Amino acid sequence: MATATAPTPRAALPGVLRHPVARKLLLLAAAAAVLVPLADAHWSSGTWPKALTVDLTGPLTRTGDWIIDHRDSHPLFLHFLGHISNAVVFCVRAVYLLLLAAGWAGVTAAATALAWRAAGKRLALGTAAAFLACGALGMWVPTMQTLALMAVAVLASVAVGVVLGLAAGLSARLDRVLRPVLDTMQVLPAFAYLLPVVLVFGIGVPAAVLATVVYAAPPMARLTALGLRGADKEVLEAVDSLGATARQRLLTARIPLARRELLLGLNQTIMMALSMAVIASVIGAGGLGDRVYQALASVDVGAALAAGIPIVLLAVVLDRVTAAAGDTTGRTTGTGRGHRAYTAYAVGAAVAVAVAGRLAGRPDWPGSWTVAVAAPVNDAVGWMTGHLYSGVPVIGGTADWAGRFTTWVLDPLRDGLQGLPWWAVLLLVAAVAWPIGTWRTALTAVLALAATGVLGVWEPSLDTLSQVLAAVAVTLVLGFATGVAAARGDRFERLLRPVLDVFQTMPQFVYLIPVVALFGVGRAPAVAAAVVYALPAVVRITAQGLRQVDPAALESARSLGATPAQQLRQVQLPLARPALLLAVNQGVVLVLAVVVIGGLVGGGALGYDAVFGLAQGDLATGLVAGAAIVCLGLMLDRVTQPTERRTKKGA
Amino acid sequence: MRLRTTAVAGTLLLLTGCGAADMTRQASPFAHARGARTVTLSVQSWVGAQANVAVAQYLLEHELGYRVDTVQIDEVPAWDALSQGRVDAILEDWGHPDQEKRYVDDKKTIARGGALGVTGHIGWYVPTYLVKQHPDITDWKNLNAYASLFRTAESGGKGQLMDGSPSYVTNDKALVDNLKLDYQVVFAGSEAAQITQIRQFAKEKKPFLTYWYAPQWLFEKVPMTEVKLPAHKEGCDADPAKVACAYPRTPLQKYLNADFSKQGGEAAAFLKKFAWTTEDQNEVSLMIADQKLTPQEAAKKWADGHASTWKAWLP
Repeated sequence: MATATAPTPRAALPGVLRHPVARKLLLLAAAAAVLVPLADAHWSSGTWPKALTVDLTGPLTRTGDWIIDHRDSHPLFLHFLGHISNAVVFCVRAVYLLLLAAGWAGVTAAATALAWRAAGKRLALGTAAAFLACGALGMWVPTMQTLALMAVAVLASVAVGVVLGLAAGLSARLDRVLRPVLDTMQVLPAFAYLLPVVLVFGIGVPAAVLATVVYAAPPMARLTALGLRGADKEVLEAVDSLGATARQRLLTARIPLARRELLLGLNQTIMMALSMAVIASVIGAGGLGDRVYQALASVDVGAALAAGIPIVLLAVVLDRVTAAAGDTTGRTTGTGRGHRAYTAYAVGAAVAVAVAGRLAGRPDWPGSWTVAVAAPVNDAVGWMTGHLYSGVPVIGGTADWAGRFTTWVLDPLRDGLQGLPWWAVLLLVAAVAWPIGTWRTALTAVLALAATGVLGVWEPSLDTLSQVLAAVAVTLVLGFATGVAAARGDRFERLLRPVLDVFQTMPQFVYLIPVVALFGVGRAPAVAAAVVYALPAVVRITAQGLRQVDPAALESARSLGATPAQQLRQVQLPLARPALLLAVNQGVVLVLAVVVIGGLVGGGALGYDAVFGLAQGDLATGLVAGAAIVCLGLMLDRVTQPTERRTKKGA
Repeated sequence: MRLRTTAVAGTLLLLTGCGAADMTRQASPFAHARGARTVTLSVQSWVGAQANVAVAQYLLEHELGYRVDTVQIDEVPAWDALSQGRVDAILEDWGHPDQEKRYVDDKKTIARGGALGVTGHIGWYVPTYLVKQHPDITDWKNLNAYASLFRTAESGGKGQLMDGSPSYVTNDKALVDNLKLDYQVVFAGSEAAQITQIRQFAKEKKPFLTYWYAPQWLFEKVPMTEVKLPAHKEGCDADPAKVACAYPRTPLQKYLNADFSKQGGEAAAFLKKFAWTTEDQNEVSLMIADQKLTPQEAAKKWADGHASTWKAWLP
């Protein structure tokens, strides 16, 4: 589009119209002036018109029943889906048995050796410590179950991702088709993926693995395509001139050149697989996620944390090791024999430890070596809720805050949105989306929101939307403030970094109970959990964006005598605008993901419908809610679409 | 890389065979590891169900030498998982006639496992300290007069009737409509959230009205009194939209996977005989949920004191 004639502002236009935003809004107003009376006359204003909804309850219920009745007889299940399901079970089982056979000593040694070869000594030590901590918390077997499930899911995701990525990287047409799909899949809340797989595969490990693959494969595909497309043209020409065949060119030039992107893709796939493997405990994935879920059922935050810590440790270790592997590959290739010898030592040592562990007769983690963390944690949580919940002098307790937040922010916002005529809400979305993005993103956003109306969940969708908006507002205020502070003070940032790491990798479930204890049941705790979850990403992107501002620009501002506040307001913030927009976009996406899970703590609306669908096996309600969540996610993403999307999700 | 993928895919194909694959007969991949005899039990989210499973697990592991896996699944999906053999048993079911007809009578993939010995009852409850102030609050006819007491930020201008997990059996929305009550049903979304909220209310002696059920350990911590709803008659809850009567009393049932029931050996025989009283269950539940013992410690403590009860369950 860059070559199209740029619309040159004509002298005849009044000054305001030269501004592109004003022009877009004016056009929109003109369109509205024509369409709104039409719509009003046809369907009346107020809430979403009945005439425009499609009731899917009947067909969806029949589909669900048909699947249950034919699962053991229809060829589609017997000869296709059944094999997939069996293959998943077989693979997970094989990996699980292998891990158990290696014993705790063997697994720890192997992981340490792997981390050493891939990422150096310090991370190797960290890896060993993390695995031993999993054992010490009494979580060895669940950790292995999660690892087995993840290993299979990650392998499958990588396979699927690489195939899709190759296709998109080599064919421009496929790229055009796949890119919007993959972009969209990356912003959807994990929760929305659970229902369709449950419908087909039933509760259990196969469904969990497949949901994980669907969730974790897109980043691999996107980054593979990106790497292949970004390969240096000159190198490729050189390869061509040597007379290489297309296949040789791919294998010897394009793929090796895309190595960094491939490893980054692997890193993201692993992180997303881990987060999904935890959420998938709702559909019977077992492992660590299930322990968190079970502990929360008895309001046992301590026990939930004991299972949550291994997840965080695994996440941090996997993230750091794969990231370091991506950074070092460029340098260490070709160190030759010494490199290989070390690898051989590492493998040998790991095998020796595993055998020794077996001979010592201790493949299982010894029960007496576990540390109980649950009791002290529960005491701490109990004290906090006991003293902060209400009756704190002057500022009031957390419950009072929650009540006020609900009455003064959430209620007016929800009632306002639901009280607006339906076309006004759509117009509002268009008016926000168009100036930020293109007419295409604006149209997608409007259609996505309209789709929730068509699905017959207009009111709950707006309820969820109001919670998202409130949470995003809070997140942005806190996140920008913290981000600015982190960008200005190095020490503060160093202190903040591990905290952000932990908060970002913690499974969302673990947040839910403390927020109930502090804020009661309802929408306020859902919003609070969402804020806590989305905050780290916003802080991090803001701080990064501010730090990357051209030092020359800052220097010149300083030399002109600008105060620090002026520098921030007039130089840093405007220059970091793309990063800030990205922060908004990420904040919105992450907030939606948790507000939906907030259905578990009384958030109501779409999240509750999705939970209800899963819990009651009522797929009509659940799938419609899931689809509406997808639409909302699409709408929110498009409205805040930044000019260039970062490749990383959440981190 | 490609070679390896092809090899893996090929091996898989060989291993799964090329014939029909019935995924409705498929055990959990974590079952029977290393030749151990395993049983997979479904745990529902409430603590009573955890207590059943904890004791069954303890005895299966320590008396019969099994390895027990537990998976938390909601009630209705648990039926589906049970029929597919992904779990072997549900130890506490609160009555799901539709599922029972589909899986037990029609498809015969699930077998009845006998009664648990505990009778369950769902109802509306108010804290006993509130009843002392307003003795007539325990009749539904007087609830409207007290609606303002139960108002919260979530219920708008009406009184709040707190419901729990979406997975539980409930007619509350219909009841509120049909009895013309000035109340709003607010779903806590999970039992954990509901319990946390009840305890917060109770600590401050605030009034609340909640959907709750017995047997439940929370009664020992927060004494509650049931609100009388119009009496339950056989069939009065047949049409979900027109329900205007109390919930029934349900003898809780056990269900086993049909194959497991036949071929499950000692474990199946044990689980069929497993039956205890409300008091027993509450004792274990309290240890788990209130004293924060791990389910295994709680089960051990109970088993040490009640040998005569569980000796009878062993095959």
